[in-house]
Amino acid sequence: MSTEVPARTQAKAASTSRHQMPGRESADRKQVTQGRWASVLLAPTLILLAVVIIYPVVNAIIMSFQKDAGLDTATGFFVQGGAAGFDNYAHWIAQQCNGVACPPGTLGSQFWGAMSTTFFFAIVTVALETVLGFWMAIIMARTFRGRSIVRAAVLVPWAIPTAVTAKLWFFIFAFEGIANKLFGQQILWTGSEWPARWAIIISDVWKTTPFMALLILAGLQLIPDEVYEAAKVDGASAWQRFTQITLPLVRPALMVAILFRMLDALRMFDLPYIMTQGGNNTTTLSILVVDQIRQGFNSAAALSTITFLVIFIVAFIFVRFLGANAVGAATSSGKK
Amino acid sequence: MRNTFSKYAAPLATASVLALALSACGGGSSSGGGGGGDAGSQNLDGRGPITYVQGKDNSNVVRPLVDKWNAAHPNEQVTFKEQSDQADQQHDDLVQHFQAQDANYDVVDVDVIWTAEFAAKGWLQPLKDKLSFDTSAMLPATVKTATYNGTLYAAPQTSDGGLLYYRKDLVPNPPKTWDEMMSMCSIAKQNNISCYAGQFAQYEGLTVNAAEAINTWGGKIVDDSGKAVVNSPESKAGLGKLVDAFKSGNIAQQAITYQEEQSRQAFENGQLLFLRNWPYVYNLAKTDGSSKVKDTFGIAPLPGKSGPGASSLGGHNVAMSVYSKHKATALDFMKFMTSAETEKFYATQGSLAPVLSNLYSDADLTAKLPYLPTLLTSIQNAVPRPVTPFYPAVTKAVEDNAYAALKGDKSVDQALSDMQSALQAAGAK
Repeated sequence: MSTEVPARTQAKAASTSRHQMPGRESADRKQVTQGRWASVLLAPTLILLAVVIIYPVVNAIIMSFQKDAGLDTATGFFVQGGAAGFDNYAHWIAQQCNGVACPPGTLGSQFWGAMSTTFFFAIVTVALETVLGFWMAIIMARTFRGRSIVRAAVLVPWAIPTAVTAKLWFFIFAFEGIANKLFGQQILWTGSEWPARWAIIISDVWKTTPFMALLILAGLQLIPDEVYEAAKVDGASAWQRFTQITLPLVRPALMVAILFRMLDALRMFDLPYIMTQGGNNTTTLSILVVDQIRQGFNSAAALSTITFLVIFIVAFIFVRFLGANAVGAATSSGKK
Repeated sequence: MRNTFSKYAAPLATASVLALALSACGGGSSSGGGGGGDAGSQNLDGRGPITYVQGKDNSNVVRPLVDKWNAAHPNEQVTFKEQSDQADQQHDDLVQHFQAQDANYDVVDVDVIWTAEFAAKGWLQPLKDKLSFDTSAMLPATVKTATYNGTLYAAPQTSDGGLLYYRKDLVPNPPKTWDEMMSMCSIAKQNNISCYAGQFAQYEGLTVNAAEAINTWGGKIVDDSGKAVVNSPESKAGLGKLVDAFKSGNIAQQAITYQEEQSRQAFENGQLLFLRNWPYVYNLAKTDGSSKVKDTFGIAPLPGKSGPGASSLGGHNVAMSVYSKHKATALDFMKFMTSAETEKFYATQGSLAPVLSNLYSDADLTAKLPYLPTLLTSIQNAVPRPVTPFYPAVTKAVEDNAYAALKGDKSVDQALSDMQSALQAAGAK
């Protein structure tokens, strides 16, 4: 699907140039004016993007190379830190606090822990959401009475603001909460590491599976019924139809859905922040950034730049090697 | 045919756009620093309209006060700017406006734990010489929260301290010391309820509770010059008491997840013999429909080593921005906001504890807030949470290591030595 679009555009470009061979000069001029018009029309968008995205990101990168204001012990006032080189990055990656290893109880000591927690959450939640979302999508794709009600109902968790969801699950997983009452357990959900992690995973899966399901459903509906009918005629079993037809044909949509969820999960913030405040090893990179902002902007800028690079690498791997072509899929499905 | 460039460029571009869009949270505005500079010596005599900035006025206390002031001062009108009701957002809003050197944030309400930070950034006007402020009638612990490096930077406005809630139907006389309280835990056992709870989840409340334990046994987290001194035998004794209580079951295991509200609920459900909490619990436990202890609970000062314990302090201070153009008016308004009459209104209308000690025996007030005399003992014995410009890092160091000790992941010795190193790494050395 990804090769389809450029090929078509190239063919079009070739045909236009062949057609316009005779009046080449005027065509060139026309193209130049068109190009100018295009840039004029695009300018507002580009300027807006520059202001709201590029400027803050570049500014954050510049800040990340400056020292945080330090206290002048003689006067008791803060003084500007000056240039830091790669110190802020070393602080996080090598976990160095003023030349010594960061002791427990500092944000610096939590970097690698937060990194692995973030990836753990991202991989586990996206895996669960993909499987459950697929299942929900298959159910919703069938025709049955009350299908529209089911589709609307499925969307409810996704429609609730995450902060509200988090508070809701916070109460459910309280010691005196519904979860313990229901199963007759006395688990300290937010009081120890693995229960806290599972509590967050459960809430996240509950909330975002509908998003996954809808994206996959959109992919499923693009598969023509005739393909299934033909397979049935050929005697393919239900399982064969699923693995040989559904899976390959829904793959582009599925990859885009996984890509979106993955990037989303890598910056997970509100759920763990509200449910555990990052306690019991549930601190994600985003929580670490926000905590650091209160202690010093420049170091936080370095951390958010690191986070950006990590997300960038993951996105690159998805787009380049796993063929999740978000833009391509959008345009080609738009054309159909 | 695709050339190599587009083979890599297209995914690269897509990936970067996605990553940008999804991670562009940025690092906030440029760094703070040097601060006020000369601003602290300018506009000392300025008079004119000013703005008062405070968090959401939920119980409608500030608006009537501002109206009252405005009626009396037609040429020095005060505009009330209401912030959100979230403390973190209030803090960030103040930081942004101070960094922008906004002259329109004349008088600001600051949490006791932010005062040192803002003072060290050079954003708060020192209250001395022409702008000196009389704090002699105020409770000394509250004045300490407003003092940084020996200079007063704010005026205490409201206060708050911890109280011991107990079941008077089970324990006729409240314990005076911690050890006495622990010896009463057999009563809890007989009645099949938990003995004691405070706030031990990993958040600011744990710093409050751990600091109380440490201070009560004579330890300190940072000393008066801001140096970390937590690794001491006194701190070990204090934190050790909490750890032992967890080990022996006198503090139930679920208390490790308690914040203020969960601990209040447990007490109101009749599942707790003793509870450390703030005064706000008093009215709720008396009036909540679901409260099972309406008529069977009493209050006492926190139990200590040999007398009342050292409560941590809550509350707010009112301060003046160095960038204000009308500092003389600002000072008058600060005096008005901390006057006896205003303090009384704060107490009756907003249930906020006064900072003037003589109001604690005022008949009108004690009729409305019966816990005031007990709270006075608490605040008289209180030790402010560390007064340091690095408060966010300091509280993190205390909270993380105390939590590990309470859970038994670390020995008390290890926790305190880690706490000491973390405080030093945070800048308290």
